[in-house]
Amino acid sequence: MFETSRRKLLTASAAMAFAVSSLPAVAQEGVEPPVKAAFVYVGPVGDFGWTYAHDQGRKCLEENLGDKVETSYVENVAEGPDAERVIRQLAQEDNDIVFTTSFGFMNPTIKVAKQFPDVKFEHATGYTTGGNENMGLYNSKFYQGRAVLGTIAGMMSESGKAGYVASFPIPEVVMGINAFQLAAQKVNPDFETQVVWVNSWYDPAKEADAAKALLSQGADVITQHTDSPAPLQAAEEAGAIAFGQAWDMTSFAPNAHMTAIVDQWCPYYTSRVQALLDGTWEADNVWLGMAEGEVEMAPFNDAMPEDVKEAAQKIVDETKAGEYEIFTGPITDQSGEVRIPEGEVIPESDLLQMDWYVEGVQS
Amino acid sequence: MSLDLLVAILMTVAGAATPLLIAGLGELVVEKSGVLNLGVEGMMLIGAVTGFAVGTTTGLPVLGAVVAMFAAALAAAIFAVLTLTLMANQVATGLALTIFGTGVSALIGAPFVGITTNTLGPIFPDALTSSPLLRLVFGHSPLVYIGLALTFGVAWFLNRSRAGLILRAVGESDSAAHAIGYPVLKVRYLAVLFGGAMAGLAGSYYSLVLTPMWAERLTAGRGWIAIALVVFASWKPGRMLLGAYLFGLVITMELQAKAAGFNMFAPEFLASLPYIATIAVLAIISAAKRGGTNAPACLGKPFRAAT
Repeated sequence: MFETSRRKLLTASAAMAFAVSSLPAVAQEGVEPPVKAAFVYVGPVGDFGWTYAHDQGRKCLEENLGDKVETSYVENVAEGPDAERVIRQLAQEDNDIVFTTSFGFMNPTIKVAKQFPDVKFEHATGYTTGGNENMGLYNSKFYQGRAVLGTIAGMMSESGKAGYVASFPIPEVVMGINAFQLAAQKVNPDFETQVVWVNSWYDPAKEADAAKALLSQGADVITQHTDSPAPLQAAEEAGAIAFGQAWDMTSFAPNAHMTAIVDQWCPYYTSRVQALLDGTWEADNVWLGMAEGEVEMAPFNDAMPEDVKEAAQKIVDETKAGEYEIFTGPITDQSGEVRIPEGEVIPESDLLQMDWYVEGVQS
Repeated sequence: MSLDLLVAILMTVAGAATPLLIAGLGELVVEKSGVLNLGVEGMMLIGAVTGFAVGTTTGLPVLGAVVAMFAAALAAAIFAVLTLTLMANQVATGLALTIFGTGVSALIGAPFVGITTNTLGPIFPDALTSSPLLRLVFGHSPLVYIGLALTFGVAWFLNRSRAGLILRAVGESDSAAHAIGYPVLKVRYLAVLFGGAMAGLAGSYYSLVLTPMWAERLTAGRGWIAIALVVFASWKPGRMLLGAYLFGLVITMELQAKAAGFNMFAPEFLASLPYIATIAVLAIISAAKRGGTNAPACLGKPFRAAT
């Protein structure tokens, strides 16, 4: 439980926005502290999922850098024209760096970055900067965590069928589904993953209904790529197992919650603002994972059998050591055609554009 | 299709329909009195958060639902003072109420993020829910039955009771009702408070029954669907019941079809089905009435007593 004082933060950041204080940014010499960093969130900070995790990263950044950084955020920003308006507003308010934290903010960020060459922009989960030198891309290899979830699902499922509550068919989500299915298949060759698209990142009632639909049709594992704990609660009620999304969600489903993929954005946020202070900031495109501490697994549920715990931990350890890569061939697609031959690994650039499903995924 | 699956689907339909029905009936009464309150979403959120807060702290979800009704009615009272006494624009004030409700619910709810609570679950003894068919009848949250009873209550009130006749008169012609001595503003105040209480109850359904938790914007726009359903129902309680359950059915079937691996259509098409159905029904209704609607004549107009 975090005692948030977000209203105070909001007021404080609004006050700062009006005080014309920051000096022009000179890249080589570093930005005069405090660096003003703004965050754009797609959901509410209280979603306890994706946006919550980003906001924890923001708070941790403030803790790490103290008075050398001032942060502010705008939550519930719709992906679309509204996002462009918000991002432009933040750029005009003398922020030194703006983090836009949802896939759908990519094009608006590119547009605004062109108009404000002195402001730095960082977009999460996108694939292009549109040629802007003041815009960076960052993402985490969540699929590494999905492989752990898939292994647990494959070992613990009795029906051999998992229900996947998914948001939108974008590469980020598609590769997560594939990683989950591939890992489960390694344990149980007949494993199936049934996907239900809810066409929203955050709609608790619909996510819950989707999970119920999947459970009533034979799935005994629920996993999700949406942001609320509602699917977990549906699994708890039905006595199935499930996994948390973006943050440890054990409190919502103490029996069903096996583990969760925890997003740790703090190391990246801290390093980028530090780079601004040092004058070493450069547009980059990073994709960090378990090895760098960006992707973590929540503690395993005590109800998990020992052999499952060991198998899951083994994947975590091997991934950290760089010895395990889920997207290693042979990989067959839905039509039964071998897409990736034995021994070959799907290159990162292809993963970021993935638009096909592996065998066993029902989408 | 097995019986178990069918029952599971129908139970989900009732679950999806109930909050829309309850909030929609409240708004229907409000609009029948000639007031347009677009703040349903905000009042639902206030109901959801206060219901959850009281439900978790006391361990009594029923008390939570009751407090949710009072809290949302309080928000509706602010709306009533602004629009009825001070004659502010109803559309703008209603939208402001939604924004206010979203913000204030986030503020109240901050300490309650990340925990779960006892649900306002089935009330009948387990023996009555042993078989799938019995479960379909007895296995719901009490709010599902309240929603059904409320439909008949509101229908009786509007069409059969003297008070309902006065309320309709106020909504159809406020000046005429005033001229023959009916207290127009008092009637509208009571209607708005009732609408608020129902929105609060519907909101508490989300935080205490469907997804027993609090997260910001928990209702995710359902208040707007409830308002749309009032038009869909052409201001008739019976059709509101039909509309809410139809909407629940389409939402559920969309998800069930996907879960069954039914890929004939793109997911985007299935997701748009509820809205396509709404437009189709609206078109059929207005065609049948030759372009006329059943809207109360004084809907959204401020009332100033002639002196």
